[in-house]
Amino acid sequence: MSQNPKSEIVNPKSLGRVWKYGDGINTDVIFPGKYTYTISNPAEMAQYALEDLDPSFAGNVQPGDVIVAGKNWGNGSSREQAAICLKQAGVGAVIAVSFGRIWYRNAINNGLLALTCPEAVAALNHGDRVEIDLEAGLIRTETGTSFSFPPFAPSVQAIIADGGLIPHLQKQLGTRKGAS
Amino acid sequence: MSHTFVEKILAKNAGLSTVRPGQVLDATPDVALSHDNTAAISKIFETLGVDRVKYPDRLAITLDHAAPPPTTKHAQNHAETRRFVARQGVTHFFEMGRGICHQVLCEEGLIYPGVLLLGADSHSTHYGALGAFGAGVGRSEMAAIWATGQLWLRVPESIKITINGSFSPWVTSKDITLFIIGQLGADGGLYASIEFHGEAVTGMSMASRFVLTNMMAEMGAKNAWVVQDEVTFDWLEEQSSRGAGASFDQAQDKQGSRGVERDFEGKRREWEAVSQELAPDLGANYLAEYEFDASAIEPQVACPHTVDNVKPLSSVAGTKVDQAFLGTCTNGRLEDIAVAAQVMAGRRVAPGTRMLIIPASSQVYIEAIKAGYVETLLAAGATFGTPGCGPCMGNHMGVPAPGEVTISSANRNFQGRMGTRESEIYLASPAVVAASAIAGKIINPAQIIEKSS
Repeated sequence: MSQNPKSEIVNPKSLGRVWKYGDGINTDVIFPGKYTYTISNPAEMAQYALEDLDPSFAGNVQPGDVIVAGKNWGNGSSREQAAICLKQAGVGAVIAVSFGRIWYRNAINNGLLALTCPEAVAALNHGDRVEIDLEAGLIRTETGTSFSFPPFAPSVQAIIADGGLIPHLQKQLGTRKGAS
Repeated sequence: MSHTFVEKILAKNAGLSTVRPGQVLDATPDVALSHDNTAAISKIFETLGVDRVKYPDRLAITLDHAAPPPTTKHAQNHAETRRFVARQGVTHFFEMGRGICHQVLCEEGLIYPGVLLLGADSHSTHYGALGAFGAGVGRSEMAAIWATGQLWLRVPESIKITINGSFSPWVTSKDITLFIIGQLGADGGLYASIEFHGEAVTGMSMASRFVLTNMMAEMGAKNAWVVQDEVTFDWLEEQSSRGAGASFDQAQDKQGSRGVERDFEGKRREWEAVSQELAPDLGANYLAEYEFDASAIEPQVACPHTVDNVKPLSSVAGTKVDQAFLGTCTNGRLEDIAVAAQVMAGRRVAPGTRMLIIPASSQVYIEAIKAGYVETLLAAGATFGTPGCGPCMGNHMGVPAPGEVTISSANRNFQGRMGTRESEIYLASPAVVAASAIAGKIINPAQIIEKSS
């Protein structure tokens, strides 16, 4: 994960704003447990994203924004809504020092990028603007700095390429709508 | 070549001779667990375009997280689950009131050495206490397992924790578990398989061992494991003889055993053989090895709002509590209710404080009634709820008001966990929870017992 100081933003329109949080952010403050069996509509989940962590988030997040956090983001419950609510809120990626393992799987399985990059976490501040280049494996900042993140395992790449586990399985099972 | 438990069980399940940490393989779970999230998973399953669950006899479904349902929406969720169960011919379905998934599946004989369980619940690490592999997965992944019978897993690194020494009075497996989490941190076992060894561990009852494995979810672990011995096999045999036989016999059939029905000795020999086969080798490779001394600690308390914010009880003693909650998959078993009865017998819950007890299962509840604990505790001013998860994750049945403090025998104290972010949760052992209910403040049980003796 080297820092490449000379790198240019490829697509300025894809810049996302950074929402920065600390270490150990758990699933219950990302999506409260009291809603887990009553809210099943993904779009509705977005209204409660980070409700017990940052009440200003859900009303102000913009499509393509990026969450940057410390160690063990998403530790705790297996509730998939903790990933879906962010995806539905338009979050483009979560960059963290490390992830709770079930949250990480849930994110990938819902087509939400989860990037492990301690260097980017250390350098980025709330309100910074960044671009994620999945193909190049780079996080680029508006000031021209970039950070590389480790490549995904091939099985994970395939899930991301298909937009998540369910479309990936539909493709494999030959049940995807419109699939030949 | 020496191997850890997780390397052996994943290799065996995937039909490989050996595996290494970091390797990705396709696992075929023997048990696929879901609970009140079943209805939501079934909606995802429907989008897969597959009509039938591949192995309906491998699904285990409980209604426990919001049971009995507190609202129409929750009731609707349960109704959809029952329709799914009927439509798919799911054999291992446990109605509301039977208890919490992790307790019920063990009681019902679905879990024994060598079983591989994937659960749509983070505390699926629980099952390692019986020599099984248990790991939590998400809802989409559970739908994938229903459709294909398989899921990819990365072989984790292993961490070896040895607990030596013996516990001081009023110090329990919950206290050492909290202590370890406090020392190693909420990410101290991230992605890893955590093995428990040592004399303090083998000296524990099954109920106490479940606390260790259950709470490793709070250290980020993928799965956990406890050494198996006579305590394990005696417990399995006792459960088997209780009439959980149907599940056991089915499990035997699946393994191709020709065991005669009710052949407990044959089953025992099989459990022992699998245990031995899967036990970690001396010289296996560990990411880290830690040793702890059980005799060196006093009762521990996890303070708001993270499970690794652990302090010795003496440093938070005197904190006023509005509610004491005894229950959950971590500490809602018979020995937990027994110790509460011991502490509370002949005493009263303090004015201004209330105590809620929720047995982990109907079996635990029946035994607690037979032993007289329920009467003792009711007489002391405690109240009982239907076996299940209760207010643990803020759904129903005893959620606190804003500004209130709960002392709980559960496994999580995240902000907002019990329904409102303006309340505080302290986690402690059942003995400390019971003593604190009597005192109206956090207190060492020794002080309650000494005062009147």
